[in-house]
Amino acid sequence: MSVQPDWPLWEVFVRGKRGLNHVHVGSLHAADAEMALHSARDLYTRRNEGVSIWVVPAAEITASSPDEKDAFFAPSGDKVYRHPTFYDIPDEIPHI
Amino acid sequence: MAVTPETEFDELVASDKRVEPRDWMPDAYRKTMVRQIAQHAHSEIIGMQPEGEWIARAPSLRRKAILLAKVQDEAGHGLYLYSATETLGVDRADLTNRLITGAQKYSSIFNYPTLTFADVGVIGWLVDGAAICNQVPLCRSSYGPYARAMVRICKEESFHQRQGFELLLTMMRGSDAQRAMVQDATNRWWWPSLMMFGPPDDDSPNTAQSMKWRIKRHTNDELCQRFVDMTVPQADALGVTLPDPQLSWNESRGSYDFGAPDWDEFKRVVSGDGPCNAQRVAHRRAAHENGAWVRDAAATYAAKYSAAVA
Repeated sequence: MSVQPDWPLWEVFVRGKRGLNHVHVGSLHAADAEMALHSARDLYTRRNEGVSIWVVPAAEITASSPDEKDAFFAPSGDKVYRHPTFYDIPDEIPHI
Repeated sequence: MAVTPETEFDELVASDKRVEPRDWMPDAYRKTMVRQIAQHAHSEIIGMQPEGEWIARAPSLRRKAILLAKVQDEAGHGLYLYSATETLGVDRADLTNRLITGAQKYSSIFNYPTLTFADVGVIGWLVDGAAICNQVPLCRSSYGPYARAMVRICKEESFHQRQGFELLLTMMRGSDAQRAMVQDATNRWWWPSLMMFGPPDDDSPNTAQSMKWRIKRHTNDELCQRFVDMTVPQADALGVTLPDPQLSWNESRGSYDFGAPDWDEFKRVVSGDGPCNAQRVAHRRAAHENGAWVRDAAATYAAKYSAAVA
């Protein structure tokens, strides 16, 4: 039996409730964007998990690197002075 | 010692961090994860059939709505898991093909028939109960996409088990004939449910490697014992007898002693010779083949529409 090529892959992002960001929840296959949205609703929000959905063709996503941790993020690794805890402030100074 | 991708991987796993899709991983780890997640996905998809057979015959609108929601969840669980499998570089259409050609397996439990409506309740209680025991530790699997899918699945499984138990409680408060149906279904599903934990530890050659890779957190024997200890008081509360003459409380262990399932039967069913193996795969194959024109039509429509707007 021949294997038919799949419909394209879409990544799904759901906003859980007003005030929150959309968060990646998974992926699905659909022929077009409208079908992807409907399928995402049926698949990822069967119990009121969302108020808004984004679907993005997986092939359109540009990702930082083939590895989840590498030199790409190194520039921020040695800049401790960007964090408030870097600075010594006497305890008696209020509200800082 | 030199830092190699392999030592980095081992350290990551040993420090209980998650492996993400594009990390380097040993070929054997990738292969094991593909096999395990695909087999789990196939089980959810095939698992729609035994209970799906009762949707049109449910005794009330309430039971029908519940069962429909449950079977829809099984479809959803299968799709979360196929989605996780694809992050390992396999193709969804190929996975479906491997299921309907028998190249990949699914849980042997779904090769048993659902003879009465009490089976729907017992599946929720025992089969989903055993599945929860197996699946809760998988929420901490070392492979990130699998662990995240399992978190979603476990949240939904709790409804599955509770609706089953409630169904059985209702039947046990009914007529003698209804109580007899519940006992009969319990007798038929008890041993296959225990088989869901897989062969005993001394006959489970992959356990050590899977524990090291943290894709398995407890041995088969530990999980099975946990299931039995959880289930016996529930059976007492229902008023049914579990069909195991060796079942007894062991004061010194603080656990129940119980008999062994028929592992020869398990091997026969896994290798294809169960009561419903051929029927389950044929049904899935027919659904796939009969749906081909829908997939083609949608793809053609999408291509024409995108050409028109371009």
